[in-house]
Amino acid sequence: MTVSPSAVARVEAAPRPIRLRLTLTLLGYGAIALLACLVAPLVGSTPISLSRAFDRSIPFADNVDAQIFFLARMPRVAASALVGGGLAATGVVMQALLRNPLADPFTLGISGGAAVGAMLAIVFATGASLGPLTPVPLASLVGAFVVGVIVYALGTRPRRPMSTAVLLLAGVTLNAFCWAVIMFLQYLVDFAEVYRTVRWLMGDLDIGGFGPVVGVLPLMVVAFALFAALPSSLNLLSVGADIAATRGVDVARTQRLAFVSAALATSAAVALAGPIGFIGIVVPHLVRLMTGVDHRVVLPASALFGAAFLVGCDLVARTILAPVEVPVGIVTAMIGGPFFLWLLVRKA
Amino acid sequence: MAARAKGLIVLVALMACGASDATPSRTRDGDPGVTLARANPTWFAPRAQPRPATRIVSLVPALTEMLFAIGAGPQVAAVSSYDDFPPEAKALPRVGALLDPDVERILALRPDLVLTYGSQDALEAQLARAGIRTFSYRHGGLDALFQAMRDLGAVTGRTTEAARKANEIRQQLEAVRARVRGRPRPRVLLVFGREPQTLRQLYVSGGVGFLHEMLDLAGGANVFADIRRESVQPSSETLLTRMPEVILEIHETRMIAGADAVRERAAWRALSAIPAVRDGRIHFLNGDYLTVPGPRIGLATEAFARAIHPEAFR
Repeated sequence: MTVSPSAVARVEAAPRPIRLRLTLTLLGYGAIALLACLVAPLVGSTPISLSRAFDRSIPFADNVDAQIFFLARMPRVAASALVGGGLAATGVVMQALLRNPLADPFTLGISGGAAVGAMLAIVFATGASLGPLTPVPLASLVGAFVVGVIVYALGTRPRRPMSTAVLLLAGVTLNAFCWAVIMFLQYLVDFAEVYRTVRWLMGDLDIGGFGPVVGVLPLMVVAFALFAALPSSLNLLSVGADIAATRGVDVARTQRLAFVSAALATSAAVALAGPIGFIGIVVPHLVRLMTGVDHRVVLPASALFGAAFLVGCDLVARTILAPVEVPVGIVTAMIGGPFFLWLLVRKA
Repeated sequence: MAARAKGLIVLVALMACGASDATPSRTRDGDPGVTLARANPTWFAPRAQPRPATRIVSLVPALTEMLFAIGAGPQVAAVSSYDDFPPEAKALPRVGALLDPDVERILALRPDLVLTYGSQDALEAQLARAGIRTFSYRHGGLDALFQAMRDLGAVTGRTTEAARKANEIRQQLEAVRARVRGRPRPRVLLVFGREPQTLRQLYVSGGVGFLHEMLDLAGGANVFADIRRESVQPSSETLLTRMPEVILEIHETRMIAGADAVRERAAWRALSAIPAVRDGRIHFLNGDYLTVPGPRIGLATEAFARAIHPEAFR
């Protein structure tokens, strides 16, 4: 990403209005996200009676409307918001860290590792589970961590800034390697399993209860806590490591924080819902178009808008062909793809 | 690279042709099998080929089972990498499968008939160029199964055995139907794939195909009968709306018993409003015979019926 030095000057010269602008932006995007999360559970493939769903006199075990609302729809909306917000925020961080507008949460190869883990769990049908994490999400987390650690080890040198080129190339290479492993696994197994692995790659938010959300929530919370410390340093880092260093940013520390938080959020999102594409790249660019380049605004606004975007996409995915569903990864790419191109042409 | 590989295959194909022309039984110019295969590469009419096939390569497990069932086992020269029934098939050479047929090995075996799956057009075209007959098949309903059996009887010269075996299977199916006749037909969800320990990535039978027809014969009303697809991926919401009274879960390769069964049954407890979950009518059926549309479908249909109507089999 090329940000002119004047942008830095602009960001730094206007410290006072930022508070107001941040408040207004967050209120606006927060309202959109809240609206999406409130409306989405009310809509679905089947009409339900809300009064019946909230009727405490009917035992929950027998109350179909309540189970549809609280077990089928609410966890889905929660997962969509968490995954959408996490991936969009990670996209912002990655684009700043790698100073590349095409970077997204999957650039570091972490999603590839997660996919290999998930494939292994699907193919070998392992029984290992951990608390609310069932075998496939658990294996996908392990895979993501393994690749994350490898890329981190390749990209960092003691007390020196990370090389973005090394990070990018290591990520791309590991992604390619993971894909080779995935294809090899798919080649070995039966057709039914090949389809199931492919289906996992399309993304799925129908988690059937809050368990899986609870399972990855700690990772997401840590990731967002780290994100919160990043924005001002990212502003300078996205201009260039040298400029950032001259202005008092501890570049190595910021990069590591950015890497670790991005890796945690990506692992959590992919373990929960599979690698849902396009959010991490489209949402940050869209938000930048509307709010400018200041990361103090872009990062939280992207998280909120990403949440709303995925909740909306999942709503489309589960209703457009009801009673069957469209995999949500197809919807995000079909809406996100053309939109991204339009944005590209407009900006050029 | 691709051109070279193609050239090599053509070369091998030519060698195979040359070899078969040299056999003493072919004295006339122009082998009728070759002409026929060239004129009509994907499907061939059994009537036009009087000589029964004696070296058959089967790439479809369901068809392999049929061949052995009609007594044509000795005519099978090789099978696909997924074939493991009947036990005799395991001893035969393996030549790849749907996505990775090993053309070189198939040609080297000098088959006079290759049974292919309907989507393998490239392979069929290659075999046709080599002058080898192909028999193209696609899974469908039970009618397609009986039709395939009849056709296999014709090409292997075992018309009578094929008819007898088909009759036997029809009688098995009829016996199951008679057992459950007049009984109330519960709403059944037929699951043939699911992520372990959770209700994600569910694959269930829609209202088309042999599984649906078998369920119907076994006295169950498929809750997804209205969806004109072989497989459906329902969401939790759809499951709650369809309200199955019985859930049948097919596990082809993995035995679900003991602790596994307890754990997998517990996964369903999340959606306790589903009648089958409330009443504990979730059945795990193990075995590959349940999903192969071959001669064992009579047994499979009976397994469905025993799970849906246990009282009918006391």
